Amino acid sequence: MSEPQGSKLIRTLLDFDRFTADDVRAILNTTDVMAQVLERPVKKVPALQGFTVATLFYEDSTRTRLSFERAARAQSADVMTFSKGGSSVSKGESLRDTVATLEALAVDAFVVRHPSAGAAHQVASWTDKAVINAGDGRRAHPTQALLDVATYERSVDAPVEGRKLVIVGDVAHSRVARSNAALWRLLGADVTVCGPPTLMPQHGGLPEGVTVETRLDRALDGAHAVMALRLQQERMHEARFASPAAYAEQYQITEARLAGAQDDVKVLHPGPMNRGVEIDGRLADGPQSLVTQQVAMGLPVRMAVLYHLLVGKGGSA
Amino acid sequence: MTTQPLRTAIRGVHVMNGTEDLGVRTAVLSDGRIEGYDLDGPFDVEVDGSGLVLTNAFIDPHVHLREPGFEVKEDLASGLRAAAAGGFGTVVSMANTDPVIDNPEQVRGLLEKAADIPGARLRPAASLTFGLKGERLTDAAALQEAGAVMLTDDGIPVADSDVMRRACEWAADLGLVVQTHSEDPSLRGAGVMNEGAVSERLGLPGNPREAEAVMVFRDCQIAAMTGARVHIAHVTCRQALDVVRWFKAQGAPVTCEVTPQHLTLTDEALAAFDPMVKVAPPLRTAGDVEALTEAFVAGEVDCIGTDHAPHTLDEKRQDMLSAPFGIANIEVAFPLLVETLVQPGRMTLQALLHRFQHGPADVMGWDAPSLEPGSPADLVLLNLNDARTVEPHTFLSKAKFSPWEGDALHGWPVQTWVGGRSVFERG
Ligand SMILES: [Zn+2]
Repeated sequence: MSEPQGSKLIRTLLDFDRFTADDVRAILNTTDVMAQVLERPVKKVPALQGFTVATLFYEDSTRTRLSFERAARAQSADVMTFSKGGSSVSKGESLRDTVATLEALAVDAFVVRHPSAGAAHQVASWTDKAVINAGDGRRAHPTQALLDVATYERSVDAPVEGRKLVIVGDVAHSRVARSNAALWRLLGADVTVCGPPTLMPQHGGLPEGVTVETRLDRALDGAHAVMALRLQQERMHEARFASPAAYAEQYQITEARLAGAQDDVKVLHPGPMNRGVEIDGRLADGPQSLVTQQVAMGLPVRMAVLYHLLVGKGGSA
Repeated sequence: MTTQPLRTAIRGVHVMNGTEDLGVRTAVLSDGRIEGYDLDGPFDVEVDGSGLVLTNAFIDPHVHLREPGFEVKEDLASGLRAAAAGGFGTVVSMANTDPVIDNPEQVRGLLEKAADIPGARLRPAASLTFGLKGERLTDAAALQEAGAVMLTDDGIPVADSDVMRRACEWAADLGLVVQTHSEDPSLRGAGVMNEGAVSERLGLPGNPREAEAVMVFRDCQIAAMTGARVHIAHVTCRQALDVVRWFKAQGAPVTCEVTPQHLTLTDEALAAFDPMVKVAPPLRTAGDVEALTEAFVAGEVDCIGTDHAPHTLDEKRQDMLSAPFGIANIEVAFPLLVETLVQPGRMTLQALLHRFQHGPADVMGWDAPSLEPGSPADLVLLNLNDARTVEPHTFLSKAKFSPWEGDALHGWPVQTWVGGRSVFERG
């Protein structure tokens, strides 16, 4: 396996605020290497032998948790699981106490999923071990954004720089939207977010240069990549929209609505999908869809992130 | 308190308060009162007051002492002693305890217990509705008879406007103060900090200023409608100030307070995801701090209410959603504002004293604090000359942590007397 370039050790992946494009490129390059590993008959390397990775999931997301745990094991790391409803995270033990306990058990990396924005930052302030944010409230979900970029770039065999990403849906409450907007901007892409006015971020909550548009046809004009976000039905009870049908009427991504986009436009969805609500099921299964590739890309991306944080010298000097 | 207060002389001290300045004198206290100035001995106790200021002990219309039910955070003994350490001689305790202070027996019980504690005097508030549920009115007349000085569901806004109206009709008839935590519950939503550029950057749920302003409008309107003395707790933003100003100009019986934290901190304090500074209503922006400061200096804000709200360190160290709202501040409130407002010349010491003495007394409808012979010897000795660092481990409050830890402040209380008895002396 090739050694990542640079000398700066990045210890945490909480969001992309302190990352340069070069830092991200280093992780994406390692992702390609990991993807090759996963194509071998023996899908395992000894890179993280002797390291212990703990997953702390205060929100149910078996898919993301298993992806991280497999990424650790595929590099021969040991894994400890702490999930909501499991033995340790329940019983009122505080996040801080859980982290202290795990540190005493010689954990080297914490993977944290939490309903509160900033929880992973708090963990990073209490420990000098590696910390990966696996989703904190509506704030950030950086590995999802990395796998979305990696999936898109692999599908078109070109970097996202200069291309147009359109994120459609409940942007105001979406950590996936926020992290993708930050990462695609960092890598030089144009980003437009689109959805009902009640689901758009307010007070300038997105990275510089992101366009906010409430009319879908205008937003999709010239798009290279379109990301439909999962519509949380409970938002209806928060008076954000009239009904899922009314939402779909205006904002569902369909083949016909992609007419103004680029010919080779790709469609992404972070899953799980509400077919027939935010995305037309036929489109999700069609040739423009990257949905299954996204799921597959989770593993090499998370392997690369763990590698960079634990042993790699990720990023530029 | 069992021992008799002693005849005390405080020598060579600058005697002043929010409205008068008696110059450098020797103040003599006896029988729980100010006996006079420059009198002859003998004295049981002599205090060297040279270079210090002697003034009326402060009044705080808004403290959470947590007893009964939450003694792990604070209790009457620790809270009243902490108040005395902050220079306060009288505090109004909020009713959001467990059980809630919603019946006369509980009011009497608090008063009996507090009478034995060497610290600030306790004047309890009672809840406006049973169990703070916002539905059934408490028995305001019986609560007042038992010693309650205020009706409030503080901590929780009174969502039902008709309940608020009827409570104010009772309070107007009895001459009781109604204090309100004015935030529209639905507009506030699940917000844990000010809604604005910072909350959006941090991805935390926001609570907009408008939630406060619309409820302040309703509560002022009901004050005007019923004639009740309505005191708006912890005003935090320009919009709410504008509403209060407008109603005051119409002659509505409305007063308001501001907290030390809302005069000194902004929502940027949350940028490191430290729940220590999570308060409700939330810290706003630099523009709001400026608006509050101008209104406070101008006297449009009637007084300081500390909203001293102690919690345990473990509770405050949770994530941003789970950690409880509140800052324990009663021991630093005065020096913090001396440092922030008097030292840089934004307001005079005398004006600041006024907001801790006459301001809250007027809000409560109490006698004006006085330095005249015969007045109660509720006094505090202040050191304006020397800076001292905030060291939370020295706090008498159970909450031994502070957003201002390490700050060097002027104006610390050196000694506090309540009824002529020394109840705090800084070691
Ligand atoms: Zn309050």
